[in-house]
Amino acid sequence: MELTGAEIVIRCLQEEQVEYVFGYPGGAVLFIYDELFKQDKVKHVLVRHEQAAVHAADGYARSSDKVGVAIVTSGPGLTNAVTGIATAYMDSIPMVVISGQVPTSVIGEDAFQEVDAVGITRPCVKHNFLVKDPKDIAATIKKAFYLARTGRPGPVLVDIPKDVSNQKAVFEYPSNVNIRAYHPPGKADSAQIRHAAQMLLEAKRPMVYAGGGVVQGGASQQLTELVRLLGSPCTNTLMGLGGYPANDKQFVGMPGMHGTYEANMAMQHCDVLLAVGARFDDRVIGNVEHFAQVQRKIIHIDIDPSSIAKRVKVDLPIVADLKLALDELLGALRSSKQKPDAAELAAWWRQVDEWRAKGGGLRYKNSTEVIKPQYVIETLHKITGGDAIVTSDVGQHQMWAAQYYKFNQPRRWINSGGLGTMGFGLPAAMGAQLINPDATVACVTGEGSIQMNIQELSTCKQFRLPIKVLALNNRYLGMVRQWQEFFHGNRYSQSYMDALPDFVKLAEAYGHIGMRIENPADVEPAIREAFARKNDLVFMDFRTDSTENVFPMVPGGKGLSEVILAEDL
Amino acid sequence: MRHIISLLMENEAGALSRVAGLFSARGYNIESLTVAPTEDPTLSRMTIVTSGSDAVIDQINKQLNKLVDVVAVMDLSEGDHLERELMLVKVRALGEDREELKRMADIFRGRIIDVSTDTYTIELTGARAKLDNFLEAIGRELILETVRTGASGIGRGERILKL
Repeated sequence: MELTGAEIVIRCLQEEQVEYVFGYPGGAVLFIYDELFKQDKVKHVLVRHEQAAVHAADGYARSSDKVGVAIVTSGPGLTNAVTGIATAYMDSIPMVVISGQVPTSVIGEDAFQEVDAVGITRPCVKHNFLVKDPKDIAATIKKAFYLARTGRPGPVLVDIPKDVSNQKAVFEYPSNVNIRAYHPPGKADSAQIRHAAQMLLEAKRPMVYAGGGVVQGGASQQLTELVRLLGSPCTNTLMGLGGYPANDKQFVGMPGMHGTYEANMAMQHCDVLLAVGARFDDRVIGNVEHFAQVQRKIIHIDIDPSSIAKRVKVDLPIVADLKLALDELLGALRSSKQKPDAAELAAWWRQVDEWRAKGGGLRYKNSTEVIKPQYVIETLHKITGGDAIVTSDVGQHQMWAAQYYKFNQPRRWINSGGLGTMGFGLPAAMGAQLINPDATVACVTGEGSIQMNIQELSTCKQFRLPIKVLALNNRYLGMVRQWQEFFHGNRYSQSYMDALPDFVKLAEAYGHIGMRIENPADVEPAIREAFARKNDLVFMDFRTDSTENVFPMVPGGKGLSEVILAEDL
Repeated sequence: MRHIISLLMENEAGALSRVAGLFSARGYNIESLTVAPTEDPTLSRMTIVTSGSDAVIDQINKQLNKLVDVVAVMDLSEGDHLERELMLVKVRALGEDREELKRMADIFRGRIIDVSTDTYTIELTGARAKLDNFLEAIGRELILETVRTGASGIGRGERILKL
């Protein structure tokens, strides 16, 4: 049967069992929107800005194991989406973005709303396609979904000219994908796994460093078993939080720039470091030379060979699907006659506990006068029982949320780690709430970040999304201010937020409930009340201490042990 | 160190820019890049001459392999290989120079492929150094124009890059 290109697009989305797409109509995608209108299997969420469409698709993907889908029009629709696409690319999020393009007859003529979508997105997608013939649409979309979710996941763009979406072709959804140059890794090499098991069993000071790959790869269970079997400390990166339960005694917190003292010291002084789905990001290991000065053996398991030995030398590289590799490693450890050396491990833990005592863990000085942002997060954790899906924007509030909300499960912590995109939190929360309708979704944000996509309060109203927004409002671009204090002689160049809106009235203007909380004593009752309102979006404007900084802190370019603790100042 | 990387990729629009974009985005050096379809019309072969530390070359190889269009990658400089570059040189050829330039072309096993009353156009293939030597030998003042393709490379003997 012959269908139009637009009909084929929708049929493909149905075949992929896409429940929600996020998007914004425009001239080049009108045929596709017309077909969306004629059916009800694929539901469309109209956002207020294309960047939010992509972030919503992203939050949808991160909080589930599905591929997020966004539809945008040509030209400005696509360019608005680029920030979202780059965000998903940096954090390896499975996503398909369908963009309209001007008709093939005018491509290259600087037509109205024309932009080279494939060219503009090339550096920030896993792959992209321009479809020039309606008979290629089905195979291309099939490939796009396959590429997005397999191997190291990532965003894939499919650019479809307007005339192609209106021409007819026979529809047949392919059952298989064959891309001859693309072979996502599967099982690990058995000899390498045995070698890794041996190294870990012989280690005197083993350490596990697990990243976002564990969450994306669905390998949290395996990681947890492995760490318990090894008896080693475990750290989760910002992207990996929830990959290992934060309330477990072997968890030493997050590593890196705002990681715990004990996590960083253990990373630095272990003798065997097992890196799993983590990429030694500059925000994690600080100065790479400093990191390399200390002798330790590194085993690195990752699905992407290019992530291995990119920044640090690795002694045993293992390219594999994490879940399969960790299963095999568990098997090898269990079947080995050798067991971890209990005496050495005990000594190692004594050392880690000393660091824990010296660093003092995560701490701040609470106040009865002014609201401390950390206290808001701790209270959020207390009231939600650690069970909420927490999205964040980017800045100090993001780090406090990462530090003080103890994530015990994967896919509960959703933030822009790699790109650090302000404006991510609220739209990501929309995606997360839609795919998890019964979940409690909290968006932790700042007064700076929220204003980058605050228009989405309108989308939340339209789709009745009962998100709880916690704005830690310190009247400054807090992280910028913190750096200006540390490195720029307290010159607060453009970090001061003058003329803030009245967020309570703003929330009310969008049809939501707004609360302003100025007194520490009111924090807990306010959060309780907000979360008790199951069906409402509540915007909580917390007037927090504008002088509070994020500690510990390893300044950029410094080594992991060159940390500034709260007491140092 | 100088490396010569050969790769096979899907013969599709935009494939070249994916490779070139990868180099520019990640700050890798491209000394020369040649590309053309192979005997299999679905495949293009590309030869990239680049330089960098071992770690950089390792990343270049990995990143190239990661491109969905790239079917196979081989660092020719890891083993025996042959390298050729094509150069066309247009020279001012007047009076006594005419005979001398003909002789020089013969010595370097070049061919004169176009003649006008005042000029010769000489075709020359070989390794980069040989072409450089030829330009030096004939002298800069006679050269009107040069066009070079950049290196193409192939493994020696049984070293084959094929699907």
